[in-house]
Amino acid sequence: MKAQGEAQSLDVAAARRRCLKFRRRILDISQTVSALHIAPAFSCIETVDLIYHGLMRWNDGKSPDTFIMSKGHGCMAQYVVLEAMGILSGEDLGKYCKPNGRLGAHPDYGVPGIAASTGSLGHGLPMAVGMAYAEKIKKTGGRVYAVLSDGEIQEGSTWEAFMMGSTLGVSNLVAFIDNNDFQSLGRTSETHPTFYPLTDKFRAFGWETIELNGHDAGGLFEAVMSREGKKPLAVICKTVKGRGVSYMENVPIWHYRAPNKDEYVKAINELVEVTA
Amino acid sequence: MRNNFADTLYECGKENPRVAIVVADISPAGSMEKFRKEFPERFLNVGVAEQSMIGICAGMALKGLQPFAYTIATFALYRPFEFVRDDLGYQNLPVTVVGIGGGVVYSTLGGTHHCQEDIAIAGAIPNMSIIAPCDPLEARAATIYCAQQQKGPIYLRLGKAGEPVLTDKAVDPWQFGKIRYLQQGRDVCILSYGIIMKKAVELAAWLEQNGKSVSIVSVHTMKPLDRFGIEAALKSHRQVVVIEEHAPQGGLAAQTKQIAWDAKATCDLKTFSLQDEFIHNYGSHDDLLAAHGLDVAKISQQLGL
Repeated sequence: MKAQGEAQSLDVAAARRRCLKFRRRILDISQTVSALHIAPAFSCIETVDLIYHGLMRWNDGKSPDTFIMSKGHGCMAQYVVLEAMGILSGEDLGKYCKPNGRLGAHPDYGVPGIAASTGSLGHGLPMAVGMAYAEKIKKTGGRVYAVLSDGEIQEGSTWEAFMMGSTLGVSNLVAFIDNNDFQSLGRTSETHPTFYPLTDKFRAFGWETIELNGHDAGGLFEAVMSREGKKPLAVICKTVKGRGVSYMENVPIWHYRAPNKDEYVKAINELVEVTA
Repeated sequence: MRNNFADTLYECGKENPRVAIVVADISPAGSMEKFRKEFPERFLNVGVAEQSMIGICAGMALKGLQPFAYTIATFALYRPFEFVRDDLGYQNLPVTVVGIGGGVVYSTLGGTHHCQEDIAIAGAIPNMSIIAPCDPLEARAATIYCAQQQKGPIYLRLGKAGEPVLTDKAVDPWQFGKIRYLQQGRDVCILSYGIIMKKAVELAAWLEQNGKSVSIVSVHTMKPLDRFGIEAALKSHRQVVVIEEHAPQGGLAAQTKQIAWDAKATCDLKTFSLQDEFIHNYGSHDDLLAAHGLDVAKISQQLGL
């Protein structure tokens, strides 16, 4: 992508400030509903922010590029970014999961800023491959970014799409894997040890692959910008589920639970900028 | 039928650069090779990977293309069912899922290749339309419709190859969403769709030999069903006979009975569907249909003439 001479850039300090605000906003919203996916959003906030603010190109509020939240349950991370960009309104987020609201716990195509409906795992990457291929044959120059969960990689359809993505040569596709090593029933490295190594698997399927700290926005940006760019790119983001709130980090119950008032205060008070 | 589909898709692809086809290691011969050679970027083979076939079609449609997904009917609809439901139905995308070999026409391949519940299954998905042409000419008309419509997903149920032309003298033209009289009579009306229409034509000939004036109707659009047209047929004939190559649940038989009840129809209504069973038989298409009780001799005995 760098080779195409795009003036993409990322102010890392600003990204850290935004991500802190996003985590606070999500905790605020958690007090209006009985449950929401906080921890899965906290693990991928730096990635989602990077995609919108560092990688997608914007002109008058429009982008030739597309983002798909394949791990649909992490959509709070997307909603707060879209709100900050003015694509969704404060009222939209105020009515999250409420009657007459238009935001649910999974992205719904047709809502502003939502390019595809997800929520069932294993759907985002096939659609992203189809989109990237359409952009390629239409010669639009459009790029497609997708965020996948690591549990989602267990879906066979994801591997079908990894295979087909490289076969079609969609070098305009970047898949970020939010590798927090947790899924509903435990730590993946313990429940499914042969799930790893991931880099070897993606490389074997014909993807350029990098693995790095998924909370290090600057590092992620540099890695994506210095890619070779001849193949689709898989970025394995090593992350911490629930990152930023000590009692949520790597504790499975926070996959979906909303904090009570005391827990909320504790969480808000300990949030700081995530530096890496 | 599949050759007419391929010929027609080639023509549509030539006219419209948005038309594309994604196959899962199964492809019609003939003109599809021409499509593949002339428009290589719009012919994709995902391999034996039906879930991504549907997902990739959805992504292409989200970016403005008009894709067709194509493989054997059971693999086109059942294997990737949730992709058809979520990616195509929920997002309401104009993707055509082409199922080759609807019904039991793959008569030597066993139950894994029999598609006898597809109308019920596809029909239960919101936004999904269903077209089941009865002959190569209807397959052509349906393909042209699918290649240009923007309403939403369509399940296009085709036979295989070599089906006879049955609609060249039809009374009505082919129109999406409307039943179509192939011939118009006064006494008995036979409603059917798909390639089992050949049995409807045979039955009509037998009835005519027995002094009846017979209508034959192609219910090619199985969703949305032409309720007005079926209601009118129920009210304008003394006897209505449904013949379908589909399970008894959720197909034309069950839906015609619902319409008859709602319309307070007074005609005699007889329906003939596949059995609600996996039949472990082999042979010709006619042999399989007969094993399910669908031959003209058995049907005619039950008409009470």
